[in-house]
Amino acid sequence: MTPRRRPADRLVRSYVVTDGRAHPTRNTLDLVTLLIATDDLPLTGLNPEKRRLMELCRPGALSVAEVAGHLSLPVGVAKVLIADLMDSGHIVTRAPIPAARPTDAKILQEVLDGLRARL
Amino acid sequence: MDSAPASDDVYLRPSVQTAVKLLIVGHFAVGKTTFVGTLSEIRPLCTEEVMTEAGALVDDLAGMRDKTTTTVALDFGRLTLNDRLVLYLFGTPGQQRFTRLWQDMTRGALGALVLADSRRLSQSFEVMGVLEEHGLPYAVALNQFHDAPAYELDEVREALDLLPETPLVRCDARDRVSATRALIRLVEYLLTRTGHLEHA
Repeated sequence: MTPRRRPADRLVRSYVVTDGRAHPTRNTLDLVTLLIATDDLPLTGLNPEKRRLMELCRPGALSVAEVAGHLSLPVGVAKVLIADLMDSGHIVTRAPIPAARPTDAKILQEVLDGLRARL
Repeated sequence: MDSAPASDDVYLRPSVQTAVKLLIVGHFAVGKTTFVGTLSEIRPLCTEEVMTEAGALVDDLAGMRDKTTTTVALDFGRLTLNDRLVLYLFGTPGQQRFTRLWQDMTRGALGALVLADSRRLSQSFEVMGVLEEHGLPYAVALNQFHDAPAYELDEVREALDLLPETPLVRCDARDRVSATRALIRLVEYLLTRTGHLEHA
């Protein structure tokens, strides 16, 4: 059994980071929604957590789950911050495949081909 | 704190357009973390979700005093499958009581691989029950442990009361090829269900 790698205890409580909010301003974020930072907006006025998130995302695309993992934030907190940054235009997303499409044979065939190519 | 990861490999290729996810589920200490770590191209990450335990059905502030919250750890890893498609694997604990976590995890997931331990087969029932409840198709992979009894797969299938079509394979979560083959079997099954399996 591998020991759990728990994110380090945070100095700042989650509800401070999110201004007391438990829910993001939008409900479209999935764990695998891909995030891309826009690079033409200044970071002034962003709180330290949002600034860290932007600094993490600027070099390249990451999923919501990866952002939460790298920043040692619970997923729920990360989603609140990300939704704010989408509202302010700092972050844009590439949506994951919509829930209606997981049975899409084309996607499954592509996954299968990709896995077989790794053998 | 690694808020500014050093390696370029941390980031997705700019051409990636689509992300899909598969769940790796199973009871405590069955090898989920190992399985994800074996296949992931990035150092596996862990995040957490703060859960309110089931039983607190009323989601209002007045009920807060009676709620118990639990932190659930999620391990995950990533496999870039081609220039435009990336697969995320989420290792997820299988407890029934994390209802909201399951709703979040299963939404948009292609399917699940249940890791089972032949020494503790009965502990897999809860996990399989949760998947069935959420309508997520799954395959079962018997993770190989040194001191595990060497049951025939037919015996295991019977003990787990699997449907005839549910795939059951052996795998070694530490071995990249073996773990990949288990995922391949799962995805073949998912394709079969759509009626489109080609050159299996």
